[in-house]
Amino acid sequence: MSELKKIATRDGFGDEIVALGKENKNILVVDCDIGKSCKSTKFIHELPDQHVNVGIAEQNGAGVAAGLATCGKIPFVVTYAAFGSMRMCEMIRQEICYTNLNVKIACSHGGVTPANDGASHQAIEDMGILRTIPNISVIMPADYNSARKLVRAAAETYGPMYLRFTRDAIPQIYGPDVEFTIGKAHLVQDGKDVAIIANGDTVRLAIEAAKELASKGIEARVVDMHTIKPLDVDCVADCVNSIGKIITVEDHNILNGLGSAVCEVAAEMGKGKVKRVGIQDRFGESAPYERLLAKNGVTVENIVKIAQEL
Amino acid sequence: MKDVSIKELKNIATDLRMKVVDMVWKAQSGHPGGSLSAAEFVTACYFKYMNVDPKNPNWADRDRFVLSKGHVCPIQYAALGTLGYFPVETLDTLRKEGSPLQGHPSMVKCPGIDISTGSLGQGLACAVGMALAGKMDGKSYNVYCAVGDGESQEGEIWEAANTAHKYGLDNLIVFVDFNNLQIDGTCDEVMPNGDLGKKFEAFGWENIVVEDGNDMEQMCAAIDKALASKNGKPKCLYCKTVKGKGVSYMENVCAWHGVAPNDAEYEQAMTELKAQIIA
Repeated sequence: MSELKKIATRDGFGDEIVALGKENKNILVVDCDIGKSCKSTKFIHELPDQHVNVGIAEQNGAGVAAGLATCGKIPFVVTYAAFGSMRMCEMIRQEICYTNLNVKIACSHGGVTPANDGASHQAIEDMGILRTIPNISVIMPADYNSARKLVRAAAETYGPMYLRFTRDAIPQIYGPDVEFTIGKAHLVQDGKDVAIIANGDTVRLAIEAAKELASKGIEARVVDMHTIKPLDVDCVADCVNSIGKIITVEDHNILNGLGSAVCEVAAEMGKGKVKRVGIQDRFGESAPYERLLAKNGVTVENIVKIAQEL
Repeated sequence: MKDVSIKELKNIATDLRMKVVDMVWKAQSGHPGGSLSAAEFVTACYFKYMNVDPKNPNWADRDRFVLSKGHVCPIQYAALGTLGYFPVETLDTLRKEGSPLQGHPSMVKCPGIDISTGSLGQGLACAVGMALAGKMDGKSYNVYCAVGDGESQEGEIWEAANTAHKYGLDNLIVFVDFNNLQIDGTCDEVMPNGDLGKKFEAFGWENIVVEDGNDMEQMCAAIDKALASKNGKPKCLYCKTVKGKGVSYMENVCAWHGVAPNDAEYEQAMTELKAQIIA
């Protein structure tokens, strides 16, 4: 898999949304001026009649999308994760989730992937903030092909959804024929000693860590939890019951994201041990993406170390 | 458009005002002041201009009404109940547990509500989305939207105004309910709005001033003008209204923004409103 060219998951969105738009004229892209960096450029050129650009006005973009959705459109509002979650937050709550409209918020620059842009553009709170709003699904695909599959699934499934993509290129994990279902975890590999539950750009770290652990005689189960809401509770419960030792890994604050969601399940079950790997509740800075992850302990080495300690 | 006289519309507006007072009195909660200032444009839209079917509230080709200033929903509920979107007795359940008539309008719970509102500044963007969808699909429906003057202090209103202009939404008609009162005082005291009609004009809209927004004849003339003007510009009907209009002790009194009348006040209001019915 590492021989394949690295590719950002925002490109998966950019390619799949064109295919979807050609199949269904009700699928729209609502841009907020940063379509070029969120990869809606191809859509703009090939489907101009299905494209809206509201300018640098994200709140309005969410509202316009809600209005379009009441008329049968399926708008994908496209911006950066920091703005598509926090700048638009109350509009998502009031006009998209409370109304339960068929609007998709599709955001590039998730986690610390907008590395050199600094903390203003890095989104470490977004998935946690949005998962507390009723009715919305919160999704982060792990690679290009799963991004395409999950974008398609989002378009074909009614309801408000938040999709988060990487700015940076990341390794490809899955072939084009692997299927993904919103709300259903994807088992990357099974193992009996420790479960590593990851999502987005950290799934690749989980896979690398599992390889290293195998060389040390530890068999790790690796789960791609691309949807943190609705969480695949059965999958987490099975990890708790059959393994009992869980490491969560995410490019997100350790508060209220994947790790918290998994802890909620384990706590209510009253058993299992969960360790969270993620951004350590602090703002980032301008630095290379891999460095930002490393500074927060989001590394293969740290996952391996924690697994051994467990 | 329905064939209905100005006199009939005036009497409907008075009837809706009575229903507003009755609902808010029974609920002992709600927003009477702004509901009463909005009575003329709500009545004109629902009982004369809008192409709607109360038995088929989600009909794709209907005209839409977005109450961006969602707190004045009692006046919209009164119109919807009178038209038969739901039994008129449902009006008695305003703000009660289990009622479709939420404190602020919910499209999920109440038939005839085209979008949920309540958090100010957000409805206009939704109305823009509806009008844009109509243009994209070549449909002939119009979208009406009511925006408060205080509400216009929200930045999203102006983001939406930009978008409506960019996309040439002359199928969008916005009533700016200029009653110059908001919760903490007059708009001039809290945050001076200036001339909102001219502001919309500066954003590329057609500005139609309604000197007396509580005069049905002027209101209908303004809507006629807006509907006839297919010039690619969204329409702002800048309506100079009186908050609490029709109930003497509520008129231009800021305190009547969000409180219910007591029994004696209720009796007086109903007596005054009954006297306004034209035989």
